[in-house]
Amino acid sequence: MIELRNITKRFGAVLANDQVSFSVAPGTIHAIVGENGAGKSTAMRIAYGFYTADGGEILINGQPHQIRTPHDAIALGIGMVHQHFMLVEPMTVAENIVLGAEPGSAASLDLKKAVAEIRKVSDEFKLSVDPNATIESLSVGQQQRVELLKALYRHAQLLILDEPTAVLTPQEVEEFFAILRRMREQGKTIIIITHKLSEVLAISDDVTVMRDGKVVGNVKTSETNAAELARLMVGREVLLRVEKPDAKPGSPVVKIDRLSINGRDGTKRLNDVSFEVRAGEIVGIAGVEGNGQTELIEALAGLIPGSYITGKISFEGNDVTNADARRRKELGIAHVPEDRHRRGLLLDSSLAENTILGVHYRKPAVTGPGNIFLDDKGIRSRTEQVIHDFDVRPPNPMLTARSLSGGNQQKLIIGREFELPPKLLLVSQPTRGVDIGAIEFIHRKIVALRDAGCAVLLVSAELEEVTALSDRLLVIHNGQIVGEVDPRAVTNEEIGLMMTGGHK
Amino acid sequence: MKLLREILFPLIAVIAAFVIGGIVVLIIGDSPIQTYKLLIGSAFSWPDGIGYTLFLATPLIFTGLAVAVAFRCGLLNIGAEGQLYIAAFAAAWVGIKFGGISVGLPGAPPVNTPYASLPMLILVPLCCIAAVGAGAIWGGIPGLLKARFGSHEVINTIMLNFIAVALVSYFTQYHYKVPGDAIMQSAEISSKAHIARLGKFIPGLPERIPLNLAFILAILACVFVYVLLWKTKWGYEIRATGQNPSAAEYGGISIRKQIILAMAISGGLAGMVGINEVLGYRYRYYDGFSADYGFVGIAVALLGRNHPVGVFLAAILFAILLRGGIFVDAFTMKVSKDIVQVLLGILIVLVASEAMFRGPLKKFALIKRAKV
Repeated sequence: MIELRNITKRFGAVLANDQVSFSVAPGTIHAIVGENGAGKSTAMRIAYGFYTADGGEILINGQPHQIRTPHDAIALGIGMVHQHFMLVEPMTVAENIVLGAEPGSAASLDLKKAVAEIRKVSDEFKLSVDPNATIESLSVGQQQRVELLKALYRHAQLLILDEPTAVLTPQEVEEFFAILRRMREQGKTIIIITHKLSEVLAISDDVTVMRDGKVVGNVKTSETNAAELARLMVGREVLLRVEKPDAKPGSPVVKIDRLSINGRDGTKRLNDVSFEVRAGEIVGIAGVEGNGQTELIEALAGLIPGSYITGKISFEGNDVTNADARRRKELGIAHVPEDRHRRGLLLDSSLAENTILGVHYRKPAVTGPGNIFLDDKGIRSRTEQVIHDFDVRPPNPMLTARSLSGGNQQKLIIGREFELPPKLLLVSQPTRGVDIGAIEFIHRKIVALRDAGCAVLLVSAELEEVTALSDRLLVIHNGQIVGEVDPRAVTNEEIGLMMTGGHK
Repeated sequence: MKLLREILFPLIAVIAAFVIGGIVVLIIGDSPIQTYKLLIGSAFSWPDGIGYTLFLATPLIFTGLAVAVAFRCGLLNIGAEGQLYIAAFAAAWVGIKFGGISVGLPGAPPVNTPYASLPMLILVPLCCIAAVGAGAIWGGIPGLLKARFGSHEVINTIMLNFIAVALVSYFTQYHYKVPGDAIMQSAEISSKAHIARLGKFIPGLPERIPLNLAFILAILACVFVYVLLWKTKWGYEIRATGQNPSAAEYGGISIRKQIILAMAISGGLAGMVGINEVLGYRYRYYDGFSADYGFVGIAVALLGRNHPVGVFLAAILFAILLRGGIFVDAFTMKVSKDIVQVLLGILIVLVASEAMFRGPLKKFALIKRAKV
């Protein structure tokens, strides 16, 4: 169906794609796996005409084609669904789907015809999407199906899906995979970009593994396993399971009592939540993103103004509900934010300046009368400490944070927060966009911190991560804790049901 | 390497602007070489050329620094113009009020009041504090409005410019003008409030050239801004807020405080223009004295990359061109001094569209590196 031959693409000094070659047979599901920055998305964007390759060629059904723009790609029967949906929220499904390919004449839009057409396609693949519903009224899973419909409506024979399951619950993933299988039966060809190995094994026929811009393996899914794929992705043996001894919980460090948080729009983001985290244990919060996890963590870190909060937060027996972020850091509450670019880093500042964020006003970052002046020496030694302890690469304190890879940025943030040193660690999505090697490292560090007697509150969208790391697991849905489960005994299906509001 | 890059780009922009400007001169029908000789050469004559150029650069250094400090905090201070007017008037007011001068008696020239002027060692600092303080307050207001209500500082600083100009005009006209004076200016400040012209200290530089101690103050202000921004914890907080407010907040920095602080410092720096103007040059408040210093300061900061050293150099370049224009007007056949505006316009466009040129520049650097 499609074949990439020696595709090469360079961004500045970075070789994003180096002689990338693979072919996808018609009527199959082909997975492309690799760590972040391995070049998977770049290769697919070249196939879809977003980027032009510096070298190599693309063959569609055996014929070489120049794909210069997405228009060319669509004309050739290629459709792409992006990780971030490209939908206009207040418009209806049908309006979104015809956008850019409106039926009827220039003056009049023949939506009726489009609606009928969409309904036909939707039924054919059992997508059950109502063409007249507005996008904002749909769930994330349904919105994704609209994106699929958009490609199918344009008669795509080949669908490229970029990390399609990142936003879905376990149940939705199952449904989604069923749809993909139906599409395969109807003769469509699907390329799915992912870094979740379990999904690769569950859905694909063939796998292409990429590392550092190169293809390092083309294998049949039936002839491989997770360990081999991980080894190909990382280039060495990887420990896929987190090894940790049983927790020895001590006294409660943080106690949350009937905490509710209002959003700026007046809706309740967190509703009457109470729990505690003890020293030496990791409490995980599982839930679909956007169900109050962000607000919970930010409230504990002191980043939500008191006027939005009711309830009480006590830290080591003291009421800290009204303490600001600086005070809480001084007490020993460390915070690894979910969005490191938005919250966690000064991207254009040096690693040195980033490692003192939050402690920049006290020793060892300052010196001189009244501790006014920044102490370059003190900052440097602290930075070198973090870089060394957390294996941040490249180990140059003067580089900008932007120039690091996602994994190294995350290690820098975690290192900074671990240096506090923390009594309570709030950690949100610790391994999002982080490569497998660094994930293993970060997990070990978190467990080590727990064993040193720190209380850890962990939020992650990755079910495998929360179940593997947590000693106790709380499930959050719609701003409420809907239950506590034993992470060693529970199945993904059970958690998934609770996450979506079903019963335990 | 980084330093080289920071200097290289503005330099290329300046050269490119001169080349394009040269073509314009050629089209008009004069010799670019002769025009540029007049434009730039006149700045290097001693003592007039250098003296006047540095004098002209002084207010631009202050306003350039003002814009740069605000920008480092992520704020666009379009209000330096208003801030410097308020500050100049405040300096004059202190120089009159505490200088033993009485004004406003109908039909009478200013007379010495019963109480004498404060001594110079007190009056001069007091006038300076008044200028900086008034500028800081006028700059702090939009900061406060943004921190408290989230209203945009660009709109508010622009609006405050109008209010400032109108306000000081009113006070000049109705309260501090010498009655019967046809010019819109205040009474003269006490001679105890004057600051020395540099001619007093530098042999060969006549005192008629108004280059004064405020120029030294401008250099000190550059040092102050550098130390503040890069060597103190406060500067760290200002820069962190400017780069990423969310991350600053996460780091326990009060964004609201930083916004107010940065705008006040910015206003204070702009206010120092008043020291140059009132204490060092005209010795009175002269209505409409600013040749758009506050706005030119935005361009100075832009070309100077919001760095004190860059601002200093850019201010001198602007001063050279603005002064040189007069000679172009006088001694060429067809080109007028508006060529300076053309040059500055091209320069600003080039600097502002930097991103467009960064790519090719980078590629060039890469090719060079690959060859080495």
